Amino acid sequence: MANVYEAVIGLEVHAQLSTETKIFCSCQARVESGKTEIPVNSNTCPICAGHPGVLPVLNKKVVEYAIKAGLATGCEIRLVNIFARKNYFYPDLPKGYQISQYENPICENGFLEITTKDFIKKKINIQRIHMEEDAGKNVHLAEFSLVNLNRAGVPLIEIVSGPDMRSAEEAGAYLRALHAILTYLDICDGNMQEGNFRCDANISIRPQGAKEFGTRTEIKNVNSFRFVEKALEYEIKRQTDVVQSGQKVILETRTYDSDQGITLPLRSKEEAHDYRYFPEPDLIPLQLSQKLVEEIKDTLPELPSQKKERFIRDLGLSSYDASVLTSSKNLALFFEKAVQKLVLKGWNILEASKPVANFLTGEVARLLNDENIEINQSKLQIDHTVDVVTAAKDGLLSSTGAKQVIAMAWKNGDSVNAIIEREGLRQVSDNNVLEQIVEKIVANYPLQVTQYLSGKEKILGFLVGQAMKESAGKANPVVIQDLFKKKFKGDHNASS
Amino acid sequence: MVDLYNNIKQIHEAYNKKLISPIELTKDYFQKIKASKHNAYLTLCEERAMQQAKKADQILVQTGQVPHDRFPLLGIPIGIKDVLTIEGVRTTCASRMLEHYIPPYTATSVLRLEAAGAIVLGKLNMDEFAMGSSNENSAFGPVLHPTHHDRVPGGSSGGSATAVKANLCIAALGTDTGGSVRLPASYCGIVGMKPTYGTISRFGLVAFASSLDQVGPLANTVEDVAKLLDVMAGHDPSDSTSLRTQKINYTDLIQTKYDLKNLKIGVPNEYFMGGLQPGVDSSVHSALKWCETQGAKLISVNLPHTKYAVAVYYIIAVSEASSNLARYDSVRFGVRYPDKAEQDLVEFYKKARSLFGAEVKRRIILGTFSLSSGYYDAYYKRACQVRRLIQQDFDKAFKEVDVILSPVSPTTAFKIGEKTSDPLQMYLMDIFTIPVNLAGLPALSVPCGKDNEGLPIGLHMIGPAFGDGKLLAIANAFEKGFRINHG
Repeated sequence: MANVYEAVIGLEVHAQLSTETKIFCSCQARVESGKTEIPVNSNTCPICAGHPGVLPVLNKKVVEYAIKAGLATGCEIRLVNIFARKNYFYPDLPKGYQISQYENPICENGFLEITTKDFIKKKINIQRIHMEEDAGKNVHLAEFSLVNLNRAGVPLIEIVSGPDMRSAEEAGAYLRALHAILTYLDICDGNMQEGNFRCDANISIRPQGAKEFGTRTEIKNVNSFRFVEKALEYEIKRQTDVVQSGQKVILETRTYDSDQGITLPLRSKEEAHDYRYFPEPDLIPLQLSQKLVEEIKDTLPELPSQKKERFIRDLGLSSYDASVLTSSKNLALFFEKAVQKLVLKGWNILEASKPVANFLTGEVARLLNDENIEINQSKLQIDHTVDVVTAAKDGLLSSTGAKQVIAMAWKNGDSVNAIIEREGLRQVSDNNVLEQIVEKIVANYPLQVTQYLSGKEKILGFLVGQAMKESAGKANPVVIQDLFKKKFKGDHNASS
Repeated sequence: MVDLYNNIKQIHEAYNKKLISPIELTKDYFQKIKASKHNAYLTLCEERAMQQAKKADQILVQTGQVPHDRFPLLGIPIGIKDVLTIEGVRTTCASRMLEHYIPPYTATSVLRLEAAGAIVLGKLNMDEFAMGSSNENSAFGPVLHPTHHDRVPGGSSGGSATAVKANLCIAALGTDTGGSVRLPASYCGIVGMKPTYGTISRFGLVAFASSLDQVGPLANTVEDVAKLLDVMAGHDPSDSTSLRTQKINYTDLIQTKYDLKNLKIGVPNEYFMGGLQPGVDSSVHSALKWCETQGAKLISVNLPHTKYAVAVYYIIAVSEASSNLARYDSVRFGVRYPDKAEQDLVEFYKKARSLFGAEVKRRIILGTFSLSSGYYDAYYKRACQVRRLIQQDFDKAFKEVDVILSPVSPTTAFKIGEKTSDPLQMYLMDIFTIPVNLAGLPALSVPCGKDNEGLPIGLHMIGPAFGDGKLLAIANAFEKGFRINHG
């Protein structure tokens, strides 16, 4: 049955900027990264706590980072942009308003290119990027609620996409691409669990080909890409069921229950907020020069898409490998450093890139995915990769052996040499030793040898297998095969 | 003994001549304050002030004479309107909401005065959150007029004006959003100035209307106002709306004898269309005529958008106020009822917000309405657009004239309770002062006479933006010359 309905998805991402200090005061901006949480309400000052008589002063770095985000997504940078007050009452919002941007945001009309699993490229519009301050955090207990203002005033950029995505997969691709860009730019730590990178999804459905939008629901508080995709998949199905049973989708905010795999309406009654936006009178209009924008443009690092193209063009990697490697800044850096180390050892750069890429996009990517971590959070070091690739080239490790070493290094971080020795994975490539084994097999299986010589080439596999068994799996199968071939050719020649 | 001193110069002369010490003078002021019935002060800083006085004493002992370069306000006792924060000192904004609030930091304007050697005697009474024109909106009782105790001193800086005139301090800080320094100065017969918007830092000034609020000095003489302005003016990195223009020495500027000859004085037609109390009308006209005798030219000017000014103000100011006062929710500071926890957030907020007085509530509701969806364009946005037209009226006028003169208010100090039944009646007291705040211009009130009941009348002087120095010089010349002739 053809899809009667299409999904329409727009995403709002709030990214915490990794500046030193908050957006309007000198309190520290990075309070949640790392294992230890600082004492509640210890990272505040009269300004971010909204005391009577205080005034905001804009952090220049925040502007620079916002411009970077805009340039990296092809946005127009608005040279005169204005802050506005978004007014509402909630205990974690100290001033009773959030300083944000409304009618005149700093960046507009950009885009992001995503590639789906089917390798289809699609352009997703970015309507706007604007600067704003984060609120504090409420903690709801049974008897009462508590307010922690450590996070109040942390700088955010809000990135609003157009309603251009049509599937959960596209949404996931957009988030991952955006995440990669922001981390490449080094303006956001990008840790969803810690709240650096937050996503709100707006989703509605409509009949295929319809121009008007259906009623949307907003999905909030989902803290991983995978869960966002799952939540959207569920929501598409739920809305379709609602509409097909003749009912209407309710405009509401929902959250995702990852245990049950469903979305649920948020407990609190959602009333439509009238934010009564007006220009912030305590801040003058921000006037940027084109010169400043150009200067910032010159400092942009290589972006994910550029790096991917370069990997394909200069290093001869496949599109798939290049995609996987550049999907994470940490992984791309790891790859580049490993290759660089090999080059310093005398390897040719193309020769070095292939095997390192193979490991990282194969075995390592699988492990990263399973544990849902970044490579720099694992025990795997660059030297592990360098050593494994070197050992494989030198014939010390078979391909299976190499995989085993990686898996073990991942688990306990031991050096490659230590693992090889401990597990006895050293592959034998010494011609003299292997020749002896070949002689032995030839002597023990005269029938098979005759079969091979009379044209049954496939029997070579059996002979190699026997040789491997004889060597307890330690022989280098490639060398064994070569030695067999050489011997038979030689014998053949000798006998003719 | 405090009644011997009328201005800063006299006090410094007395210090230099060893006639009195800072400690003795400060003690005398506190004695007088405690004996007074004006209710001008909400909080006294005796211990703190005595520390400051002691320090001033020590400096005088070391240097012999008041070192004007380093401490231009050495040992000068001043009062601070209770809308400016002082670290560790209760700051109430005359509201139940902040009845026990102790700020964790000091306003820049106050810091600068104290760094110059001034002694802060205490926090002065005012209309709640600076909203009012008579000081009848204080949660802690009205302030009485300095000389006529059945009358209002004007507002919202009523405590500041009464304190200066009744010699409960030699000078004071007030704040002016729609006339709240100039109006009480006029009613009480002293000098009060609102400088160009951005001249004095607003950091530590509890916000009422952010685009209109300015700190303003009150004193008995123009020279003293200039001295205070000298110490406080100048860019503050903590205030993004603070001007970065080059600092002028106002005191020096006004010392050069300013000639009123050939001065072009603008007289706005719209300000003299009737409705003035007869005494006010005649006093202001006498002042204008005197200026003419000194060689000044009176030139009629048109400020055609004047009639919209009060409406524009009461949309913009209340809108900004509704947002500025949103932080008073009893969560982080302010009064909180310690009995059983509220059932839900709405109950909690209701309890907190009930601490506001009626006028404050009125303005918050008006402001919320003006900004709300469906009304924003017709009210707030439109008011901002008309505001620009009002500013342009002044820009145009100042191409023809050097200064604009007018009454400060249509009346002199009215009786307590006379105008409290009709808020609009009260709002109209600010009809001449309001356009100045909308345009961000400097203006001051300087005494120019008294009515039949002996109630003071102030002359309103308005200058072009950034023309604070010249304005003070003109005011100084007027004050010295006019006073000599008219007592």
